[in-house]
Amino acid sequence: MAASNTITLHYDVPNDDFTRAGEASSDLKSKLKQMGVDPGAIRKVAIALYEAEINMIIHANGGTIDVEISETGLKIVLKDVGPGINDITQALQAGFSTALEQIRILGFGAGMGLPNMLKNTDDMIIDSIVGVGTTITLFINM
Amino acid sequence: MTVNDLINADIFKTIKVGTSPEREITKPFNCDLLSIAMSKAPSDCAWITVMGNVNTLAVATLADVACIILAEGVLLDEAGAAKLESTDITVFSTDMPVFEASLAVNNLLNA
Repeated sequence: MAASNTITLHYDVPNDDFTRAGEASSDLKSKLKQMGVDPGAIRKVAIALYEAEINMIIHANGGTIDVEISETGLKIVLKDVGPGINDITQALQAGFSTALEQIRILGFGAGMGLPNMLKNTDDMIIDSIVGVGTTITLFINM
Repeated sequence: MTVNDLINADIFKTIKVGTSPEREITKPFNCDLLSIAMSKAPSDCAWITVMGNVNTLAVATLADVACIILAEGVLLDEAGAAKLESTDITVFSTDMPVFEASLAVNNLLNA
């Protein structure tokens, strides 16, 4: 159970709708700004969460985002029921991507999604089962 | 140089004036791959790109750039144009190539 001084937020990421990518990141960024969180930390959260949203739209038929904000930091749980990640080590390599050509035309698919998420968080746990889905938990200290 | 100064310099066509035209521009930045722009675009930069889709606006907002300059005569696509009204960022367009647009911003910053 979340502590009483913890704020929780939930977002649904739509399937295959690039026009709505960034809605959760923008909303969370605005809320953190209102809370007076350090701009450097906000930028890290925004980058990591935007990459997560894009990944869910490109690879996983959408998904859900649950955020817990406490005095010490953020915990963000990203869940999807997509195809899963076959080789997590390979997926974490900058430049590796399975995105299709039509995704690359939009400016994505550079293979920077998971590396950017890793770089902008203090801890990242990936739990993925092929054919079942992926849960990624991000921790950002404040 | 502020975004307002860049508007008044009249070297680019102003497509949309954002909510904070008084903000300072620190440097030009070029990139068309959105994931790289997302992580590398400096806050308060003038982002010059040929990627004119709705996600460009989202990345610009999240990366906290000062303004977007669409180069090479590129315009926002239909979804981007629809999103423009609710976007806080100032957006310009120009027929200049990316390098020339970046140089023009740099020259103004160093004038």
